[in-house]
Amino acid sequence: MTEHHAHYLIVGSSHAGREALAAIRMADGDGRLVMLARERHLPYSPTILPYVVSGRSDPGRISLGDRRWFAENDAELVQDAQVVTVDPVARRVGLADGGTWSYDKLLLATGAEPAVPPVAGLADIRYHVLRTLDDALAIRERVATARRAVVLGAGLVGLHAAETLAEAGLEVAVVEMRPHVLAEYFDPTASGMIRASFESHGVTMLMGRRAERVEARGTQSCRLLLDDGTALEADLLLVAAGVRPALDLLSGSGIATDKGILVDDRMRTGAAGVWAAGDVAQAKGFLSPGPILNGTLPEAVEQGRIAGADMAGDPGLVPYAGGIPLNTYGFFGHHAVAIGAAALPAGDGILVKTLQQDGYCRMVLQDNRLIGLATIDRVTDGGILWQLIRRRVDLTPVRDRFLTQPLETARALMSQGWR
Amino acid sequence: MAAQDTIRFIPERCDGCGDCMTACAGATSGASRIAIVADGGGQWELALCRQCGDPKCVANCPAGALDKNRADGIVGWSAELCVDCHLCTLGCAYGGIVFDPAAGHVQKCDLCQGHPACVPACGKGALEYLSAAARLHGEQAAREDLFVPGLSACQGCNSELLIRHTMRRIGRNSVVAAPPGCIPGMGTVGYNGQTGAKMPIFHPLLTNTAAMLAGVKRQYERKGKEVTVVALAGDGGAVDVGFQSLSGAAERGEHILFICVDNEGYMNTGMQASGSTTFGSWTSTTPVGEIGRGKSTEGKYLPQLMMDHGCAYVATASTAFLDDYHAKLEKALAASATGFAYLHVHAPCPTGWRFPAAKTTEVCRRQVETNFVTLWEFTPDDGLRFTRPVDKPRKVADYVGMIGKYKHLGPAELEHIQESVRRRVARLHGFRRRDTAAE
Repeated sequence: MTEHHAHYLIVGSSHAGREALAAIRMADGDGRLVMLARERHLPYSPTILPYVVSGRSDPGRISLGDRRWFAENDAELVQDAQVVTVDPVARRVGLADGGTWSYDKLLLATGAEPAVPPVAGLADIRYHVLRTLDDALAIRERVATARRAVVLGAGLVGLHAAETLAEAGLEVAVVEMRPHVLAEYFDPTASGMIRASFESHGVTMLMGRRAERVEARGTQSCRLLLDDGTALEADLLLVAAGVRPALDLLSGSGIATDKGILVDDRMRTGAAGVWAAGDVAQAKGFLSPGPILNGTLPEAVEQGRIAGADMAGDPGLVPYAGGIPLNTYGFFGHHAVAIGAAALPAGDGILVKTLQQDGYCRMVLQDNRLIGLATIDRVTDGGILWQLIRRRVDLTPVRDRFLTQPLETARALMSQGWR
Repeated sequence: MAAQDTIRFIPERCDGCGDCMTACAGATSGASRIAIVADGGGQWELALCRQCGDPKCVANCPAGALDKNRADGIVGWSAELCVDCHLCTLGCAYGGIVFDPAAGHVQKCDLCQGHPACVPACGKGALEYLSAAARLHGEQAAREDLFVPGLSACQGCNSELLIRHTMRRIGRNSVVAAPPGCIPGMGTVGYNGQTGAKMPIFHPLLTNTAAMLAGVKRQYERKGKEVTVVALAGDGGAVDVGFQSLSGAAERGEHILFICVDNEGYMNTGMQASGSTTFGSWTSTTPVGEIGRGKSTEGKYLPQLMMDHGCAYVATASTAFLDDYHAKLEKALAASATGFAYLHVHAPCPTGWRFPAAKTTEVCRRQVETNFVTLWEFTPDDGLRFTRPVDKPRKVADYVGMIGKYKHLGPAELEHIQESVRRRVARLHGFRRRDTAAE
């Protein structure tokens, strides 16, 4: 097998990898720059996949970078290149097909993979996950003939898929271990509104239940038994119980990991010449002291940009400020946004104010500074609110106004820096 | 990345009436993409897409629905590809891309194909559509760069910018004279037997630039060849040592364009004062100490003198307003076919005046904002016309305070400078034609 060499080698082709590539070329026009993509498809975003399932997005038109984009950036895309080993001492990665790439600087932006819960019998049956374009196409194909669907997990992926399946006319049940949907982003009230919307569209929401066992029924269908004895029949079982960083390729590499690859404020790993960014990385949190997994798209963009800038020695690099959860979520024509610690309960120095007119809005303040905000069906300048949190803007002089008119006040505060 | 058109907001003129928003909503049949925001301090600000150079909204889009157009710089949005996820809104700190509930998707400004509806709708003049930078960039990029790369000009010097723009415009069919000064000093006439420009360029004496150029031009005319001849002189080669031949050539109406790049002193030989050096300036020959307080006399204002030389065209310019400069360069070139044309370009000198190299353009702009420098053009028929009149000039102290060579000045001296600026502007008004002067 041939050995190739790249000055900059990027493993992973989604947002973090793409941003790093652009950031490298912004600072360094020279040096061979190669991106290794695991799949045969052009780079795309995992976030688009539910829309591929629903048919809203044409799988042929979702690429985030075509041949021309790579050529414009004087970079190469290598498809079907699955990295299985990393050797930071020899500065070399190994591919599943036996090929190797040596590098001077390596970015690991391998993303996350579905976490599969310990449900007895799951390994023996046919079930779906939704992380790759092929996963999405497989679900889409199955939707055509399936009648009943069960979704394990009421996170963003699970709910989005459940909505799509319900809209496609399937009978859908969602099983979630925790008592609330999207519990990490929304407080119980907001979460209840989202859940109610699903129920009003005919989706069965089984909260606080755990799937214990699953068995095949024929070649395509299965029967799922929950901890309370409920039995569910499914022609399509989607396991959406969260994701975890894709770390398998690191075994034996000596690169320090916890839940993800541990990185510093410049996205450097513990190994010289190796950076990590995006869903695979575990970087410092903004609102909490320890390193956190913050697998959101804007965060992947931010981290990728920093990693690329550092790899290319960009003197304009601004080190990572720490991860802040940032999510937008659309369901049945409604729109929700959750920024920062939006679900934190009141008390212990935490002030919470909720507005219920003109849509839902929940603000979380600590020391008169915004640390979290969630809205449903209320026009929200998410980027502005994110900056208010990041800059730790003192709201003391405008607090009362902010708590009654958060979006107008936030715009006014930010506008002072617009000139 | 190309320069791009933009909408400029002038907050002092905005009264928050919202006419721009009404016009935008009308033109785009949706919610307004431009939003007037009360800043909380009694002033108005503008939430509007900045068409960022490195847009975060584009980076945050999972669908490829947003795209930065490399040609016109506009961040475009595709209704067809958008999946209505709103992740773009998390990337924008300017309120520039916002969900419009009525339309059911996000909205952002696309500059209305170069004719933004909001700009003419503003009756207060608070919005201005700026297209000069992109237009100039396009025009200049299409022309050949005739100037040498790798110059030895001081960091922050605006002469290179000026010369590059001028040479691209006048082209190869021209002859350039660059008398002693910073311009040849930075490599314009070349080093070691090699030339610094792709057109014929020569190095006359300080004293005879206009005379030599006039001779060159007359010879070409005798041969029946149309060639543009241009002097690129400093203030020493125009205001002081070069004045006799300049004055004579102007008086005779020689067919040449004389450009004076005025940095108010002999900066390349050690920052000695020239006739153009302004009152109060520190230079190495007008020192500041127990007795000396910088230059004790007023600067000689050559452009005004040139108006009384029978020139076909006289104008002043600043590199902070290159569109204005290019318009005047066009007129000056046309005038120089049949008469004498004179352009006076102000060139603040970071090294000799002592201000940070990164501030040159800001200094140029401040000169104009305070009326320390006035931008105007003059022809014998039409008189003087201010090309960029300043409604409410800032105090001259706002300009003087930026410059190290004035840092010793006290309130009385500042008042003196303010008064001479006032007098000069009043005098210049006297050169306007009577029927227009009443305006």
